[in-house]
Amino acid sequence: MNIRAQVSMVFHLDKCIGCHTCSIACKNIWTDRKGAEYMWWNNVETKPGTGYPTQWEDQETYKGGWEKHNGDLKLKLQGRTQGLGNIFFNPNLPTMDDYYEPWTYQFEELFNAPEGDDQPTARPISLITGKPIDIQAGPNWDDDLGGSPVYAKNDVNLDALSEDERAQMQELEHLVFFYLPRICNHCLNPGCVAACPAGAIYKRGEDGIVLLSQDKCRAWRMCISGCPYKKTYFNWSTGKSEKCILCYPRLESGQPPACFHSCVGRIRYLGVILYDADRIVEVASAVAPALVEAQRTIIEDPFNPDVIASARANGVTDQLIDAAQKSPVYKFVKQWKIALPLHPEYRTVPMLFYVPPMLPVLAKMKDGQYDIGALDREGLHPLISSLDRARLPIKYMASLFSAGNTNLVNMVYHKLIAVRIYMRSKRVNDVPEDEVRQALALGGTTAEEVEAIYHLTAMPTFEERFVVPPLAREQAIEATADPFTRKREGGFGFRKAPVRGS
Amino acid sequence: MQNATPLNVVLYVVFPYFAVGLAIVVTVMRYFNDRFSFSSLSSQFLENRRLFWGSVPWHYAITLILGAHLAAALFPSLWGDLISSEARLYVMEVTGIALAVVAILGLSLLILRRLRDARVRAVTTWMDWLLLALLLLQVILGFWIALFYRWGSDWYLHIAVPWLYSLITFNPQIQYVTALPWVVQHHFLNAFLIVLLLPFSRLVHLLSFPFTYWWRPYQVIIWNRHQKTDKT
Repeated sequence: MNIRAQVSMVFHLDKCIGCHTCSIACKNIWTDRKGAEYMWWNNVETKPGTGYPTQWEDQETYKGGWEKHNGDLKLKLQGRTQGLGNIFFNPNLPTMDDYYEPWTYQFEELFNAPEGDDQPTARPISLITGKPIDIQAGPNWDDDLGGSPVYAKNDVNLDALSEDERAQMQELEHLVFFYLPRICNHCLNPGCVAACPAGAIYKRGEDGIVLLSQDKCRAWRMCISGCPYKKTYFNWSTGKSEKCILCYPRLESGQPPACFHSCVGRIRYLGVILYDADRIVEVASAVAPALVEAQRTIIEDPFNPDVIASARANGVTDQLIDAAQKSPVYKFVKQWKIALPLHPEYRTVPMLFYVPPMLPVLAKMKDGQYDIGALDREGLHPLISSLDRARLPIKYMASLFSAGNTNLVNMVYHKLIAVRIYMRSKRVNDVPEDEVRQALALGGTTAEEVEAIYHLTAMPTFEERFVVPPLAREQAIEATADPFTRKREGGFGFRKAPVRGS
Repeated sequence: MQNATPLNVVLYVVFPYFAVGLAIVVTVMRYFNDRFSFSSLSSQFLENRRLFWGSVPWHYAITLILGAHLAAALFPSLWGDLISSEARLYVMEVTGIALAVVAILGLSLLILRRLRDARVRAVTTWMDWLLLALLLLQVILGFWIALFYRWGSDWYLHIAVPWLYSLITFNPQIQYVTALPWVVQHHFLNAFLIVLLLPFSRLVHLLSFPFTYWWRPYQVIIWNRHQKTDKT
């Protein structure tokens, strides 16, 4: 046992309203710079949809993540020698066209245009070349299924569905979608770290945040392909890769990351989990349908004395262990098992988990009516039974969140449905008691658990959502060096402007 | 020393020492003071298609050619044995000429790409243009020498290598080079000019080839504070 701490996250998709406030909060703080204009360390995608960069989930093109090769875990991108051989040209690199070319408008033309018969216009200007561009695509071009016959039909996850299921999702009047906010997953087995020839990317031992050293990066570009989530970005101006830093300067001063803090729907949860670092490869090598279960087992019980002892031996502080015991992530992922990792089949063991959305699932209609025909025969409450007639096929959710294991997704939904039915019976009082019991049994849950899920889902306080661990860097330095002599040495940021080298 | 005119002394003694000395000092200074600027400054993200046909042939060909120059200079006797048979000499020369052609074509494509693609032009500095011009000049001169001053793989051992050795041992013997055709002299001088530019240009990326990737563990964990040893 080799216990380490990891700052981990849960996004509750049922609560996401797709407002992009998180993206803007992030952009304003971190990527509002030359070379980073096109980067969205936090982005919100519409699903079904091709996402950002376009079709990032197509690993046959981008070769992100890991695959099992004769029982061993290998980078899907390339071996070590091949990695160095491809250093002059990375055959699996997305280019700027797969994201979008950033632009601004020539606003001054609105004022300077000579008098004429036409309304003056502000032409779009590329932020790279400074020349007029013909805008073909932009961030969230397919937001809310805009242009879905062109974009959404190329969603990689639709491959798992039959023709009928696909048609069902695209029936014009019953179009169904949900939002998928994405940041760096701060994986336990990150593909970007493994793919970096320069060794510039690393995982912080104390909190598991994956960072990219700007001084060590040499622009070999392998991280961009190696990350299956396409969450490392190439700064075309400085010639360095960059990525989400989980706002570690904010975390170190006791605040949640900006995207978490600003979330309007309050869908985000942040907390520490304790995991067994000796088991990472084993967990990442599990057979595909068992990946989620395997990942749950690597997360250890923060109340178990053995776990605490091993964590202490690794230098995990008592405050961190305390934070792990209060962690909302531990509850969602391990105790309640209703939060699932995104695309576990990439085998990077991501540390960002999603509670799948329920609303569209429970609303499949037939001839303008809710399709509840078989209910009498089944003798079930419509809320319970409608899962199989979901408008968003369970297979689609399984393709996203459980490496194709529909059982797991069903279990999650049964539990979420149980929460709804139980709370409805309590609040509205219109559900017969036996149906409540039935729902609880089907969800494999109890009234106490349901109350707890309800509380953390609907009524959590700021402190319950964000159990920000004490990561005070100053204290860490204090333990080894006199802070007075270290004054002005460390800290965050560049002492020199990060300009492109010659 | 024969032909020890002041100009020759400046070109073949002072200049090489100056170029290498400055290159070493500035590279070290740049590495410790401005490591952020060390980057290959890849433009693949902005233009992907044409880069393949330029970058791959150029880099592989120039690496092999440079490797052959270095190998012959470092192991002259081994190199001498290698080319002692006529067949092997022919193979060596033909390979060299072929690689030179590949390098020239690759580099020309890279230059054309940089000229034509607006996005790539936007991230191009005057130093890039200077470097590209010097590199193109250097490979064309090398190609010229290989074609018209035959058996360079042999005479290199008896002309350039002794001169380089005399420089390394601080006993400069310029008579080896001063009487050579101007094409060859230019090739030598241009080489040192490129060395001189190394720390001032993106060429520093060739010093950061990531050999360690072969043996480093895939996952890199860095502790702010080494918890196991620092516990006090």
